[in-house]
Amino acid sequence: MSPSPLLELENLRVSFPTPKGRIEVVKGLSFTLGRERLGIVGESGSGKSMTGRALLRLVRTPGAQVADRMVFDGIDLQRLSERKMRELRGARISMIMQDPKFSLNPVMTIGAQIAEALKTHEKLARRDIRARVLEMLEAVRINDPERVMELYPHEVSGGMGQRVMIAMMLIPRPDLLIADEPTSALDVSVQAQVLDLIDELVRDKGMGLILISHDLNLVARYCDRILVMHAGEVVESCAAADLQNATHPYTRGLLAAVPRMEETRAELPTLDRSAWSGT
Amino acid sequence: MSAISLKNLDISYGTTKVVEGANIEVAAGESFALVGESGSGKSTILKAIAGLAPDWTGEITVLGEKRGHRVDHAFATRCQMVFQDPYGSLHPRKTVDAVLSEPLRIHGLPNRDARVLEMLAAVGLDQRFRFRYPHQLSGGQRQRVAIARALMLEPKVMLLDEPTSALDVSVQAEILNLLKKLRREQGLTYLMVTHNLPVVSFMCDRMAVMNKGRIVEIAPASALHDGSFTDPYTQSLYAASGGNPDRKDQ
Ligand SMILES: Nc1ncnc2c1ncn2[C@@H]1O[C@H](COP(=O)(O)OP(=O)(O)OP(=O)(O)O)[C@@H](O)[C@H]1O
Ligand SMILES: Nc1ncnc2c1ncn2[C@@H]1O[C@H](COP(=O)(O)OP(=O)(O)OP(=O)(O)O)[C@@H](O)[C@H]1O
Ligand SMILES: [Mg+2]
Ligand SMILES: [Mg+2]
Repeated sequence: MSPSPLLELENLRVSFPTPKGRIEVVKGLSFTLGRERLGIVGESGSGKSMTGRALLRLVRTPGAQVADRMVFDGIDLQRLSERKMRELRGARISMIMQDPKFSLNPVMTIGAQIAEALKTHEKLARRDIRARVLEMLEAVRINDPERVMELYPHEVSGGMGQRVMIAMMLIPRPDLLIADEPTSALDVSVQAQVLDLIDELVRDKGMGLILISHDLNLVARYCDRILVMHAGEVVESCAAADLQNATHPYTRGLLAAVPRMEETRAELPTLDRSAWSGT
Repeated sequence: MSAISLKNLDISYGTTKVVEGANIEVAAGESFALVGESGSGKSTILKAIAGLAPDWTGEITVLGEKRGHRVDHAFATRCQMVFQDPYGSLHPRKTVDAVLSEPLRIHGLPNRDARVLEMLAAVGLDQRFRFRYPHQLSGGQRQRVAIARALMLEPKVMLLDEPTSALDVSVQAEILNLLKKLRREQGLTYLMVTHNLPVVSFMCDRMAVMNKGRIVEIAPASALHDGSFTDPYTQSLYAASGGNPDRKDQ
């Protein structure tokens, strides 16, 4: 018998009330995840972030989520008490949110916030905590970690905020990392270094990864499998290596819209927005 | 005449100098990119031009007018900024409609309803988003609201900080096409921060490359075709971006 998967999701639905009644923004999503790297790509508003939030039971009211099955490492997430769920978040499943600065505490220094994340997971002496925080900031390629530790979130640049968020989510060594556009503010060289770090944790520590991104090349490079979402549904699912040969017209449209290094087109091709959906 | 001219610009936060000796001339109607290392001071330069990073020395001139050290409301009709972090820049308790019509109201401009609808359509947002609050939108939808807001006053100069980095490629394509069209039709000038070199290739005429608070190179965007950069940092950035896969012989 093969070992049970890290995560099983069946028929996830997320809905919001609107003036026209309840509308689903995630419409019956299912997948299983082993200790592997799953990429989710898709149009803006297609439900990628909501899927990530739902896995942590973080869909804000008046939104509602239901699933036939949502099991993480044998734990039925839907039946867990709110207190147990809180313990799980951050420690065993963590999520790098799409808006890093919004997710950071504005009145706490960067260093204190990362230390906090570490303390919920491990009991360490103060000096050791500081050393671990510095080490983590270096690992995400922050140049002068000593200075950055003392800064408040509004004092760091966009890309630094993103890396602080990544450091905070990785430091407790989660079993499953959900990364929502984790490197969208980073230049390619830093981006590659940060993703290599995440990759290392997947390989060496057996962490599972759900990587949400609009960057098709990046997802193809760092994932094993890819789901393409559109209007709350998966329209295509393929091995990362086969993305370039994707057949669904929507996926092909996405691939065509990527600008090239030697761009000669006066206009980029766009998708037919009359099919635009969501709530 | 230059639309934007920066001369010997130094910018500090408290005692830390984060930008040193920046010199840039952006011609009227030009689209100019600012690329480079994370934390190198790109956003800070845009903020100084917009009057949001007051601690600077040197000279900043926009459309022939010397800039002061703070926000200036008349200036806002000529020059608008799109911020890197759309969540932080949108008021959490204002609907999309309020955000978009407010600049028109402040400046006493007519046809607010029609303009709001027109602009929502231009950035690819359906009308049903009009009365939503920021937290009821996805990341990319918020970013499009921020872009729409900046366009409401029909400014001549746009400071764009990673305007499409939160967007999927299909929406990015729409926004870039829109920005390109506006520039062509209305002669807008763009100073645009991005880390995406192919976006520079599509959108911009020239680029300045920053590293550790300094501009290390200014090059035509066409240098991206063959990687003919002179500075080692730029060369490494280009290599890390994968070079130009369409020229296999390089
Ligand atoms: N409070 C809410 N009320 C109604 N609809 C909402 C609410 N919050 C989010 N939505 C809608 O849910 C849909 C899915 O949002 P989600 O954030 O998952 O998109 P996404 O795929 O992550 O997009 P992006 O790439 O732009 O971040 C969007 O169309 C959004 O407008
Ligand atoms: N309010 C502030 N107080 C103190 N330091 C700040 C403040 N804002 C920015 N800095 C510092 O200034 C430097 C440059 O930041 P800036 O936001 O301009 O970088 P950037 O080039 O836009 O980077 P990114 O690509 O990551 O967005 C960083 O080291 C940052 O920590
Ligand atoms: Mg999202
Ligand atoms: Mg920035």
